[in-house]
Amino acid sequence: MPGSSGMTTRTRTTGLGKSELRPDGIPKVRGEFAFSSDLWMDAMLWGHTLRSPHVSARIRSVDLRPALAIPGVRAAIAASDVPGRPTFGLEVADQPVFASDVVRYHGEPIAAVAADHPETARLAARAVLVEYELVEPVVDAEVALRSDPLHPDGNLFRHVRIRHGDPGIVGDVVVEGTYEVGMQDQAFLGPESGLAVPGEDGGVDLYIATQWLHVDRDQIAASLGLPASLVRLHLAGVGGAFGGREDVSLQIHLCLLALRCGRPVKMVYSREESFFGHVHRHPAKMWYRHHADYAGNLVKVEARLVLDGGAYLSSSNAVVSNAACFAPGPYRVANATIDAYAVRTNNPPCGAMRGFGSVQVCYGHEAQMDKLAAALHVDPVDLRLRNALRRYDRMITGQVLTGVVPVREVIEAAVGLPMPSGRCLEDPALSLPGGAGLSADVSDVSRGVGVAVSFKNIAYSEGFDDYASARVRLESDDSANVTATVFIATAEVGQGFVTLAGQIIAEELGPFGVVLAQANTSDVGSAGSSSASRQTWMSGGALMLACAAVRHILSERAASELDEPAAAVAYDTGELRSTVSGRRVTAAELLISGPIDVEEVYHHRPTMALDADGQGDAHLSLMFAAHRAVVDVDRGLGLVKVVQVSTGQDVGRALNPLAVTGQIEGGIAQGIGLAVMEEIILDEGRVRNASFTDYLIPTSLDMPDVLATLIEQPEPEAPFGAKGVGEPPTISSGPAVLAAIRAATGLELTRAPVRPEHIALSDGIHTVSDPSEDRSSMLAGDNAGL
Amino acid sequence: MPDSPDAHIDGSTVPWSSSNDFDLTVDGRSRRVRGSWLGETLLYVLRERLGLPGSKNACEQGECGSCSVLLDDVVVCSCLILAADAQGCTIRTVEGLSASGDAADVQDAMVRCGAVQCGFCTPGLVVAIYDLLRHSPDATDMEIRESLSGNLCRCTGYGRIFEAVREVQRGRSCARL
Repeated sequence: MPGSSGMTTRTRTTGLGKSELRPDGIPKVRGEFAFSSDLWMDAMLWGHTLRSPHVSARIRSVDLRPALAIPGVRAAIAASDVPGRPTFGLEVADQPVFASDVVRYHGEPIAAVAADHPETARLAARAVLVEYELVEPVVDAEVALRSDPLHPDGNLFRHVRIRHGDPGIVGDVVVEGTYEVGMQDQAFLGPESGLAVPGEDGGVDLYIATQWLHVDRDQIAASLGLPASLVRLHLAGVGGAFGGREDVSLQIHLCLLALRCGRPVKMVYSREESFFGHVHRHPAKMWYRHHADYAGNLVKVEARLVLDGGAYLSSSNAVVSNAACFAPGPYRVANATIDAYAVRTNNPPCGAMRGFGSVQVCYGHEAQMDKLAAALHVDPVDLRLRNALRRYDRMITGQVLTGVVPVREVIEAAVGLPMPSGRCLEDPALSLPGGAGLSADVSDVSRGVGVAVSFKNIAYSEGFDDYASARVRLESDDSANVTATVFIATAEVGQGFVTLAGQIIAEELGPFGVVLAQANTSDVGSAGSSSASRQTWMSGGALMLACAAVRHILSERAASELDEPAAAVAYDTGELRSTVSGRRVTAAELLISGPIDVEEVYHHRPTMALDADGQGDAHLSLMFAAHRAVVDVDRGLGLVKVVQVSTGQDVGRALNPLAVTGQIEGGIAQGIGLAVMEEIILDEGRVRNASFTDYLIPTSLDMPDVLATLIEQPEPEAPFGAKGVGEPPTISSGPAVLAAIRAATGLELTRAPVRPEHIALSDGIHTVSDPSEDRSSMLAGDNAGL
Repeated sequence: MPDSPDAHIDGSTVPWSSSNDFDLTVDGRSRRVRGSWLGETLLYVLRERLGLPGSKNACEQGECGSCSVLLDDVVVCSCLILAADAQGCTIRTVEGLSASGDAADVQDAMVRCGAVQCGFCTPGLVVAIYDLLRHSPDATDMEIRESLSGNLCRCTGYGRIFEAVREVQRGRSCARL
């Protein structure tokens, strides 16, 4: 269980800082919570999408008639049936709703059908006749940079160029390496699904699992050719997201089908289709050169980073910016030359996934730090501590870090937690690499320990107008029970904002009943996306402002009631009191004259664009984390068992420690997944493992023990002092596992995920001269051997 | 707000196959399934024809355990069983476990220990944990991990789920004293 360093001072703890339980917990454990795939209406039809079996092709013709001829089929639509904008996209609308003339990736939508029964719909989609002319795909990002454009917008999405300090400076010690990260899938358990219901006014209601209702609405309305007011989105139960629901998947198809049929249409992706239906984490190839002086101070970091964005833009521009800005890791370095490219290819589109650009580069910069430590003959933890960013240091973008920067603290916390005991005494065979397969030979198993450190931005950067809206309605019933109804479009994707919202009301207004209205686009403005670890800060900030506005109105009413100036009225957990006379009036009494209903918008401090040299105050705030991984590796079979991950994480302030623990453990699971098992396998652009049989995510047997220490140093600018917590666990946990495998095997291992053949069939390239050298004592802090 | 289906939803049939009527015994009640295509899985019939969407579909391959139900008292993935094949069997769903209260301490512990995030895997885990502790009340940590390894969770990293299981074990062992 995470401990707390106890650095927070709290003036009030009525709502925040306690492990309140989820308000949706009971319906979820009883099977009564309605996920988007559980929705049902009378006379509902089922939709299905036809997707390209080819990676790259020209479409000669699409004939929907064979599908329409099947009894029970109510509609079949393709590109020519899109009445409005034929494309969509988060930043730039470069992705066709349906491919019309060109197929640019395996699984691109061509047509959609609606039918009485899901099996009929599936059969009908297969009956659509499409004539393709195959085109040689471009599946290598470096090749794409030199190839003819795959799209009218060209193949280079963005080049982020950072020139900081003296580009000609050379260190006493120079280490170089090339690293690669594979394509990871979010693999949320609840597949894409939704229900579209045509309205009598010509509009449509869409019940949908998404991360950002309002931006979905705007993209849908544009393609439907309808005003946004006629496209009403309602959040349906979301079965996980992790970035994979930031882009539109089936939303536009569903609304088109419902409007065409004049009947409700439901669509639920299969797991296979889900792999084709959302963007993935960008695969990356990264060249790094680190310079240091003999004392171990970083002198310069050079990097060339190439991110494969796949066929369409999605959020590649922001991902590649993160990769560039965070390329050195959370270390002080006065000189940097970074060139980061996001490139269009014929691979599946890539976009947001937990960690968003920081994950890929962390594999590079942390391997480099270990290489540098080996070259300098210093402890890798000491090297990191020596170079750790501190408050008021500059990033390579020139930005001075004005928030809290506890890099040293997170590292010391991670390495200070107890090491695991020897092998599991309870059942040694099952606890060995290979687990229940009982394949490991204990004499081939060696243990390794590795450490990695990371940082990432909170919320949106580079001048984006980032805001969140919240509306609170406070009213009293006949029995003087006061209820606060919260209208907020924040997508609850599992992270627990619904819990936090109640805590904020308790903290800011008092012990009132709290009702969370279903999130929609009609009752309140945008909350922005549930991504970039931003909702605690942004939606939390909006709710804080709304509560302040409610208190202000209550104070005015109290001043009038008590016949005293508003300045003499104090708010005291649901009561208002005159500081002059001491007379009191309750909120319930003040609400007799009518409810209070206010909406407020929270903006964070404006950020700046990066200039031509990649300089500028582009980021709001940064989160830091360190991870130490302990692994057992069967060298002969190449199997890895992650035994333990310990972490120190900078959280600002833990507003709900239990929820923070859940984010840490769940994020680490996804981090180690990328390190040792998770990758979408592509064969010339074709996805080969679109199933949970072939794309493996960690099970309960794969998951290591997790130890965590929360570093609570309130962030001055953040509402409630809280930084985000969702992403850091996923960033450096995987690189720590890779470092640990390197320590156990002595292999260089430059690619994640590490596969058994990389270990068992390696040609024996070693990073350290003596793999048996015991580095664990250096890494384990004072508690080694416990 | 569209709702989950109520009892006895007679979904439409597929055109190329004869439809079938049969009875299933679900959560102690005999339920008539009308007009079902023989290719429909038990999961589909529970969710779309019998108004029991608590069991979830996440993989269609028996990998994730989200669709776990008890079939003649054995945990199965209902996505791998044809509904018509379940005739004559006793089927218990998460809804049935909830109504009976048999898994109440498991459900309560999962909420209190933070084992629920998005909640999509949760009903399947309730069934799996209920079954585990019925057969192995004193399951060791490794037995718990092994027993739940057929239930994928993408949100929690399993730590709070293990804690919930241990919490139930502690509660039940106190109750035995």
